[in-house]
Amino acid sequence: MNAAIANQKLPGFSFAQYLTCLNGIVWREGLRFVHQRERFVSALVRPLVWLFIFAAGFRQVLGISIIPPYETYILYEVYITPGLMAMIQLFNGMQSSLSMVYDREMGNMRTLLVSPMPRWYLLGCKLLAGTVVSIVQVYAFLLIAWFWDIEPPPIGYLAVLPALVLSGFTLGALGMLISSGIRQLENFAGVMNFVIFPMFFASSALYPLWRVQEGSPMLYYVCQFNPFTHAVELIRFALYGKMNWISLAVVAGCTAIFMIGAVLAYDPSRGLSRRGPAGGET
Amino acid sequence: MLRHCLVSGIAVWLAGTLPAGAFIAYVSNEKSNTVSVIDTDKWAVIKTIKVGQRPRGIELTRDGKFVLVAVGDDNTIQMIDTATREVTNTLPSGPDPELFVQDKAGKILYVANENDNTVTVIDIEKRTRIGDVQVGVEPEGMALSPDGRFLINTSETTNMAHFIDTETRQIVANVLVDARPRYAEFKRDGSELWVSSEIGGTVAVIDPAKRTVTKKVTFNIPGMRKEAIQPVGISIVADGKTAFIALGPANRVAVVDAASHQVTKYLLVGQRAWHMAFTPDEKFLLVTNGVSNDVSVIDVAALKVIKTIQVGELPWGITIAKQ
Repeated sequence: MNAAIANQKLPGFSFAQYLTCLNGIVWREGLRFVHQRERFVSALVRPLVWLFIFAAGFRQVLGISIIPPYETYILYEVYITPGLMAMIQLFNGMQSSLSMVYDREMGNMRTLLVSPMPRWYLLGCKLLAGTVVSIVQVYAFLLIAWFWDIEPPPIGYLAVLPALVLSGFTLGALGMLISSGIRQLENFAGVMNFVIFPMFFASSALYPLWRVQEGSPMLYYVCQFNPFTHAVELIRFALYGKMNWISLAVVAGCTAIFMIGAVLAYDPSRGLSRRGPAGGET
Repeated sequence: MLRHCLVSGIAVWLAGTLPAGAFIAYVSNEKSNTVSVIDTDKWAVIKTIKVGQRPRGIELTRDGKFVLVAVGDDNTIQMIDTATREVTNTLPSGPDPELFVQDKAGKILYVANENDNTVTVIDIEKRTRIGDVQVGVEPEGMALSPDGRFLINTSETTNMAHFIDTETRQIVANVLVDARPRYAEFKRDGSELWVSSEIGGTVAVIDPAKRTVTKKVTFNIPGMRKEAIQPVGISIVADGKTAFIALGPANRVAVVDAASHQVTKYLLVGQRAWHMAFTPDEKFLLVTNGVSNDVSVIDVAALKVIKTIQVGELPWGITIAKQ
């Protein structure tokens, strides 16, 4: 049966050929991640700095009332953990897009895009590879956080996996969409200022939305419309074995939109890359 | 291996989420003049009983038929019938009763009257006052030695634990403790008496035979002002190995190794953790949080707070009955 599926001809290519392509892209991303140890360390240090330093300092300042999915009072460290998990994925998504800009400058992108596989499939594989890497980072972070008394229910570690896959895809697809519009590596600093920081701070990652609403109703609405807020909430609920349907719908919808946008943008005949030759090609 | 881990994980999770069995908790709400009734199957308030003014001390009678609640501003103790969950009778205390304790047979009740510097002795069956003992200023904490020979009363202003002979009803010893002793509790084997001092911020461990303080449990929560740590309620597990101490405005319950008298963990609960009660199977410990108007549930085996339930205003005391 399996052999039958493996030999089944998809339009143009066999299932096995698709798998080979997926394997190649995921493997390359994995190797790149493993070989850049400093990247792994920095990906972990960033949320840990927030957890150990920022959260410890703010523990007494910000009281958290009981809000779903929590059923009792929690320390601030516990509150920001899902936000930091999503932050890992956000940075990873942007890092992945940074690597795409780099690949384009170096000409590697051409190697990828001249593959006869459909473009959506190539980008999907790239997205999956980035998501897998981000999930490894998130679980490493959760392991360290466990020693910091952040102990979600055991089932939460399993339940959060699908949420991480989905949010990883959303943030990765967003990064991909952004990378399609960046001509040169130097421009990437702008992404930090215009995408990562606003998305992270105008969300429920650091403070609950009811508290944001108390401070600024305007900012509250901005947070509500921020897809990152919903990625955080989806992860937060899943980590406690619960489901937030609204966040699931928003995150799934955003994944579809960003993904379609990225596929179109990377299509030379229609997309953004039509506007001029890529850095590596000049 | 992976399967084994997964199955164990799910089992642990299920054990953590299963209800406590059919127990009913009664919580006195000092400000709203009510008693909230909590079903531990649902972890929800199923009834609110209107009682007298300023209900504080609350305890189930030994036969389980009544819940006694000291209504300080009405200068009496009301009896709530556990079958109908209505106030049916009263017991004659002195002025401003606060905490009380029953003898082992459930016939005699000893009541600390805060404004009168006395302990009143009441015959529960006859509902009559059968004696008074003059004690220190502002009596509050009450405990009876497991053999029933000595009654302990702490007086908030005198800063003493008074040892009262239950036969002669005379004070036979006074033990000086730190400022504002609030609560007293014996280990079940009678080997130690623990007295919490709210202002002093310590719990004195007293040898009941020598009547001297042998050890003091101290608390230190990183980042928390020392003054905010005010121990009040004490609950010691039946096997005498672990004790829980509610730390008032520190919003924590300290878990104490009852052998070494060292704090092993602090559990975050609501604001102003006050008194506590175990479910009869000792699987859960319920804590009243006076300022946040709720009750937190601690899983005793896991040492985790699993739930917090909204009750009336200023929850103070708590007692738990079988269904």
